[in-house]
Amino acid sequence: MTMIEIKNIIKTYIMGESSFNALDDITLMIEKGDFVSIMGPSGSGKSTLLNILGCLDSPTSGTYLLNNINVSHLNRNKKAEIRNKYIGFVFQGFNLLSKTSAIENVELPMVYAGFHSRERKQKATEALNIVGLADRKHHLPSQLSGGQQQRVAIARALVNDAPVIIADEPTGNLDSKTSIDIMKIFKDLNENSGKTIIIVTHEEDIALFGKKIIRFSDGKIVS
Amino acid sequence: MIDIFSTVKISLRALRSNKLRSFLTSLGIIIGVGSVIVMLAIGHGAKTRIADQISSMGSNIMIIRPGSSIRGGISMGSGSIPTLKLEDARQIKINIPAVKDVAPIFSEGAQVVYQNQNTLTSIQGSTPSYFNVNNWKIILGEPFTERHVKSAAKVCLVGNTVTINLFGDLNPVGRTVRIKGTPFKILGVLDKKGQDLRGFDQDDVVLVPITTAQKKLFGTMFPGMVSMIMVQTVDEEALNTAEEDITKLLRKLHSIKKGDDDDFSVRNISQFLETAQKSTQVMSILLGCIASVSLLVGGIGIMNIMLVSVTERTREIGIRLAVGAKMWDIRLQFLVESVILSVIGGLIGIMLGFFASHTVARFIDFPVKISIESILLSFLFASMVGIFFGFYPAYKASKLNPIDALRHE
Repeated sequence: MTMIEIKNIIKTYIMGESSFNALDDITLMIEKGDFVSIMGPSGSGKSTLLNILGCLDSPTSGTYLLNNINVSHLNRNKKAEIRNKYIGFVFQGFNLLSKTSAIENVELPMVYAGFHSRERKQKATEALNIVGLADRKHHLPSQLSGGQQQRVAIARALVNDAPVIIADEPTGNLDSKTSIDIMKIFKDLNENSGKTIIIVTHEEDIALFGKKIIRFSDGKIVS
Repeated sequence: MIDIFSTVKISLRALRSNKLRSFLTSLGIIIGVGSVIVMLAIGHGAKTRIADQISSMGSNIMIIRPGSSIRGGISMGSGSIPTLKLEDARQIKINIPAVKDVAPIFSEGAQVVYQNQNTLTSIQGSTPSYFNVNNWKIILGEPFTERHVKSAAKVCLVGNTVTINLFGDLNPVGRTVRIKGTPFKILGVLDKKGQDLRGFDQDDVVLVPITTAQKKLFGTMFPGMVSMIMVQTVDEEALNTAEEDITKLLRKLHSIKKGDDDDFSVRNISQFLETAQKSTQVMSILLGCIASVSLLVGGIGIMNIMLVSVTERTREIGIRLAVGAKMWDIRLQFLVESVILSVIGGLIGIMLGFFASHTVARFIDFPVKISIESILLSFLFASMVGIFFGFYPAYKASKLNPIDALRHE
C-alpha cells in the first residue's frame, strides 16, 4: 500500500528577478511501513522536499497524495489538520516548549486534535513509555539531556497515532552513542509499529538505518 | 479544535512565566479602571449632594438681593447698595397671593464670646418665618417669636458649629453669650445642616431677631435695611408669577422709573441648583473622559507587550503550528492572554477605585458614591480594550508561516 506518492513536484523560489527550482520535477513513491533516508549536500533541496512531505509547504506544481488524499494545494487550516492527523515531526533542535513539562509537550498534538485532558494524559504517558521516559514526565526540557529531549519529541510524534514520522536531522545535535540509541527507537517503531519513517541526514551511518537511501543533488533525485 | 479551557490554561502559564511584565502591562488598565471609578464616584457624589440640597431647601424658594446698581456706567455689583428694607418684605407677603411666607435676613460677621471661649461667626437677623422658609429644625430649646422681633429682644439661637466651638458638650440653652459685648440669652440650638453648595459651613451661625440685629448690634446709616429676602411660594409652579409680581411691586415701592434698571435681583433657588447640577454633570463627564483616555493608553500598552510577546514566542508558535494548531487556535490563545490581562487589571482596578474613592471621601470630606453601573461600565470597557488591542497581535501571530517560525532563533 502506498503511503506517499508525489508526481512531478516542482518548487520554485523567486528571488528578485531570478528564480530557481529548489525541487525540479521530483517523482517519488513511499510505501506504508517503509523507512527512507534522504541524503544530500546542503542546498540540494532535501529540506524543501521534507517541508512539502510534512505539509508545512505547498509545491509550485505537481501532485502529492498522502494516504491517497490529495494534499498538494490545501489551505493553511486544512494542512494543519493533515499534519495533526498523519504526520509526526522530529527536528534537529528538538523544538520542545521550554516552560512546559515533558508530558505536556507530548500532549500538544492532542490538544489541537480536541482530546480531553484525561485521555491526553493517558496517551501521552503511553507514548513516553514507548521511548523509555515514563519516569521523567514532569521534567522540563531544560532538566533533560539532549537524547532525552529528542525522545520526548519522538513521543510527541507518536501520540496522535500518526502513520508517518518525518525527522529532519534528528541526530544532528547529539553525540554518536546517543544518536544510535535514537535511531534504534526509529528502527523499532518502523519494524514493530509499522510507522512510515522519513529522515534527512548528513551522516552515512545514520542513513544506513533506513531500508532505502535517496540521494539528492540540485533539486533532483540522483539515486 | 482546541477547547477554551486548555487555551486559558496555556495563556495563564504564559502570563505567569513573566509575572512582572504581566503586572506592569495590566497596570495601565488597573489605573484606567480605578480612575474611571473614582471620577464617576465623585461626579455621582456631587450630584447626590446637590439633589439633597434641593430637597432640604425646597424647590419653591426665591431670594431677593439688593443690588446691581449702576453708577456712572460702573456696575457696583449685587448687594452694593442697601436698597431692600424690612418693609419691602412685609409688603411682598401682604400683596402677593402666590407668596406663602417671607423671611428677611440681615447678616454680618461678629465675635461671639462665652466665658473664656470665643468665635468669629455669622450673625443672622431674621423673623420666625426663617425656620419655616429654610426648612430648619430646632433640636434643643425653642425658636424666637414675633414678640421677640417686635421688642428687639436680646435672644438668640446657635448653630451646631458655634455650639461645639463655644460649649463643647455643654447644653447651651439658657446660657448667656456676648455678641459685640452685648449679652444674649440662648433660646435654642439649630439642627446640623452641613456645607452649602460653595462649601461654606451653614452651621457656623448665630440667629437673632432681625430688629435686634438692625438696632442693637449693627446700627447702620440705612435704618431697616436687610441683606436679602427669602421668599417661599405656595408651590413650584407659582415661582414665575411670583417673580413677576415681586418685581412689579418692588419697582413701585422703590419708585423706579420705566426704562431704569431694577435696584434688586430676584433669583430662583432651584434654577440656581439646576445650573450647579448641570455644571457638575459636565464636570463628571469631562473627568470620565480623561479617565477613559488612561484606559485607552493602558490598552495600547497591552497591544505593545503582546506584539513583543508574539515576536519572542515565534518559535513556540511555529511548534504549535507544526503539530497541528490552526490559525484560529493561535489567534484565540493570544486573544485570551490579552483579555486575561485586562480583565484581571479591571478587577484590581475596581478594588483600587473602591479604596481610592473611600480615601477621597474620608480626607476631603466629599460624598462619593460608587454605583453598580460604573463598576459594570468600566469592567466591560476594560474587557473590550483587551479584545480590541489584543486582536492585532493575535492576528499577526496566527499569520506566521510555520517554516519560518520554526527557524526563528
